Amino acid sequence: MSTGIKDKVAIIGMGCTKFGERWDAGAENLMVEAFEEAVADAGIEKNQIQAAWLADCFEEIHLGKSALPLSLTLRLPNIPATHVENFCASGTEAFRGAVYAVASGAYDIALALGVEKLKDIGYGGLPNSGSNSGSLNWLWMPNMTAPGAFAQLATAYAAKYKYSIDDLKKVLAHVSVKSHANGALNPKAHLRSPITEDQALSSPMVAHPLGLYDCCGVSDGSAAAIVTTPEIAKKLGKKDLVTVKSLQIALSNGEEIQYNEWDGTYFVSTSKASTAAYREAGIKDPRKEISMMELHDCFSITELITYEDLHISQRGGAPKDVLEGFFDLKGGGIPAQVDGGLKCFGHPIGASGLRMLYEMYLQLHGRADQRQLKDPKLGLTHNLGGFPFMNVVSIAIVGKEGV
Amino acid sequence: MVGIVSYGGYIPRRRLNRMAIMQEMGWYIPALMMVAGGERSMCNWDEDSLTMAVASARDCIAGFDKSKIDGLSLATTTPSFSDRQNAGIVSAALNLRDDIATADFTSSLKSATTAVIAALESLKGGDRHHVLVAAADHRKTRSASFYEMWFGDGAASLLLGSEHVIAEYKGSYSLSVDFVDHYRGEGKEFDYTWEERWIRDEGYAKIIPQSIGGLLKKYGLGMKDISKVVYPCFITREHKGIAKKIGASKEQVIDNMHDVTGETGAAHPLVLLVSVLEQAKPGDRIVVASFGQGSDALLFQVTDNITKLAPRKGVKGSLENRKEETGYAKFLTFNGLIEAETGIRAEAETQTSLTTLWRNRKMILGLVGGKCKKCGTVQYPKTDVCVNPRCNAFHAQEDFEFSDKDAKVMSFTGDYLAVSVEPPSVYGMVQFDGGGRTLLDFTDCDLEGIQIGQTMKLSFRRKYYDKERGFVGYYWKAIPK
Repeated sequence: MSTGIKDKVAIIGMGCTKFGERWDAGAENLMVEAFEEAVADAGIEKNQIQAAWLADCFEEIHLGKSALPLSLTLRLPNIPATHVENFCASGTEAFRGAVYAVASGAYDIALALGVEKLKDIGYGGLPNSGSNSGSLNWLWMPNMTAPGAFAQLATAYAAKYKYSIDDLKKVLAHVSVKSHANGALNPKAHLRSPITEDQALSSPMVAHPLGLYDCCGVSDGSAAAIVTTPEIAKKLGKKDLVTVKSLQIALSNGEEIQYNEWDGTYFVSTSKASTAAYREAGIKDPRKEISMMELHDCFSITELITYEDLHISQRGGAPKDVLEGFFDLKGGGIPAQVDGGLKCFGHPIGASGLRMLYEMYLQLHGRADQRQLKDPKLGLTHNLGGFPFMNVVSIAIVGKEGV
Repeated sequence: MVGIVSYGGYIPRRRLNRMAIMQEMGWYIPALMMVAGGERSMCNWDEDSLTMAVASARDCIAGFDKSKIDGLSLATTTPSFSDRQNAGIVSAALNLRDDIATADFTSSLKSATTAVIAALESLKGGDRHHVLVAAADHRKTRSASFYEMWFGDGAASLLLGSEHVIAEYKGSYSLSVDFVDHYRGEGKEFDYTWEERWIRDEGYAKIIPQSIGGLLKKYGLGMKDISKVVYPCFITREHKGIAKKIGASKEQVIDNMHDVTGETGAAHPLVLLVSVLEQAKPGDRIVVASFGQGSDALLFQVTDNITKLAPRKGVKGSLENRKEETGYAKFLTFNGLIEAETGIRAEAETQTSLTTLWRNRKMILGLVGGKCKKCGTVQYPKTDVCVNPRCNAFHAQEDFEFSDKDAKVMSFTGDYLAVSVEPPSVYGMVQFDGGGRTLLDFTDCDLEGIQIGQTMKLSFRRKYYDKERGFVGYYWKAIPK
């Protein structure tokens, strides 16, 4: 009988670069930057790390294949290192590899590092893979980009819940205004300017009905976590441990895009992964028990719908929660995108899951400066890789030991 | 008895108002004004001769048991491939049987009538029973040329056979003379044309009367015995002049469609013939003639069966499905005559894996999905494991065609980031009536007009063009019904 991951692993060190258009740095430089901070934070020697996981997504435009770039760049002492790629869930996948490795007892200390260098391709948005997106995909998938894939959620959601597109856009504007306000407080965030609802509503259209301010930043960056067991952490002199409460991954199996049930207004996999995550963490009422969240707000509509799939908002009820400020930093509910989110902290894909954990870690240790929340106990992070109709979802819940 | 069993037509929805050309290029050639009346049909950016041929063929064989078709010919001077049979692509799109004879008829504006004669003669022998002939052309012209004004894009198809014949084939007469009014040399994009006065006087004015006259003489008929006569000639005045020469009255002649489409190349004789069949009555004798290094003239007599033919779009219905285009720059861009900036995003790899295409040819070209033999679920694409979560049977699917199914829009967007000839790129998820769903590009629509729940139908289109290797990728798109 499996017992889950709760409190079997502690995070003892984390690092995160400044995200942004890092014209000054390649992926290798970014990895070093995040790693140096993590290893210093953990207070260990580099050679105490016994196994490592590297996450990225578009490795073909920066590091290239395999985990060799991690081993070579950090000059790891010939330890096992593994490259993981699972779309936007890659960072959390790397974390999962490291966490499971120490939980199994196979290793004492493990590293998870995510990185993405997107701004070396010469054009805006994510890279266009063309026929390298898969030889069969290329022959039939629509001429689609990420904003276009997610924008379809908005047209379907508006139709189902009988919103005019204009009214839904006002809700989405609130989502983005909130994230910009949070990002403005974060020196490591990519986008640090607060915006108004009017600015959000009048931004240029990217993919109907999503405008520029409904889309997250395309950024360069890296983040890293060093994990061990609570016992070893204590032996290393660590106090007030941040432990892993649950780690869940769920993948689509093609029903959304091929079967006749899904209606295009929710994420099948998020709904399932979040239920499993709460069970693993022993959470009964997430709306009351979760202190803070970092969600995969690749687009404002993704964040809105994810509130429902996390069972925090009722189906169709997320717009009301958003407009009432339930997810705002000081709204009295569950602050979301506390560090600015993908929207403003930025979205170097492979790094994003670990960047979210970084903010949870800072908050739980009371080290989040201007963004610091009062006595947070449990933080939830969520990544959604792929498309609304076909995706990889990861959910991590971390918190104070004993909660 | 052999003859025409069914017909279909296709004229692209967009019609370029010729004054749009005049307004932009009149400064360059003021004489363009002489031919600037009316409008010409223009392909959408994702249409070409093959896609139009497929559209007209689908119109032609709708409701017909296509497993009976044992031959397919494509006539066009603008095939997508010089060596990869274009008729084979049309056949795959129509999901016809593999054990049929297919052929391309090309390199002449009379290729469509030649294809029809060849098909009818093969039917007479009895070896074949139903042969489909599709004709289409999408000819490129230089900007501000008279030919840009005269030409249009379009297609027509005929199903020929020996049962349920709506117009009996009575015979034909052919002339083959190397009269080079124009030619398109190997590797050249545009026609090279000689002086119109000579083409008019020595070409059209002599060759068409000679072939029609030859036909009538061969079968002992006079013009008085003919109900309708159709022939191409893009010089409208001369088109009327030919009628006079062959002794045909105004009522007997169908006009050259300059005002509504322009001349649709190799397809034009069949486009005109379909227009006549759309209004024909039992007993009518119809003559159709072509022009291109000679001429074929064919004689048909309409039977009672024409009154039983199911309604279809045809040429008339296609003409009614019309969107006026007043932007000449759009016409130029669609035809590659202006190179609009597409940015580095457009430099992504566009290679086609031919092995992948071969294994998935029915899915890609024929939009064939699967139906589970265990639970009855239909799905697209066909997969080894049934998508129904309460079934998930392995290896239980048989072919199931989706191209003739209507579908409802479930979600959509208009994407300004995606590389597109005509942004925004509109696409979405559709649910097929009767089950099955997929994501599709939408075309022949405006973003503003798309609604959730709207009914769409399927259209075979160009999906991509691999510039480096010269490969055209075809697939299906959704268009508003």
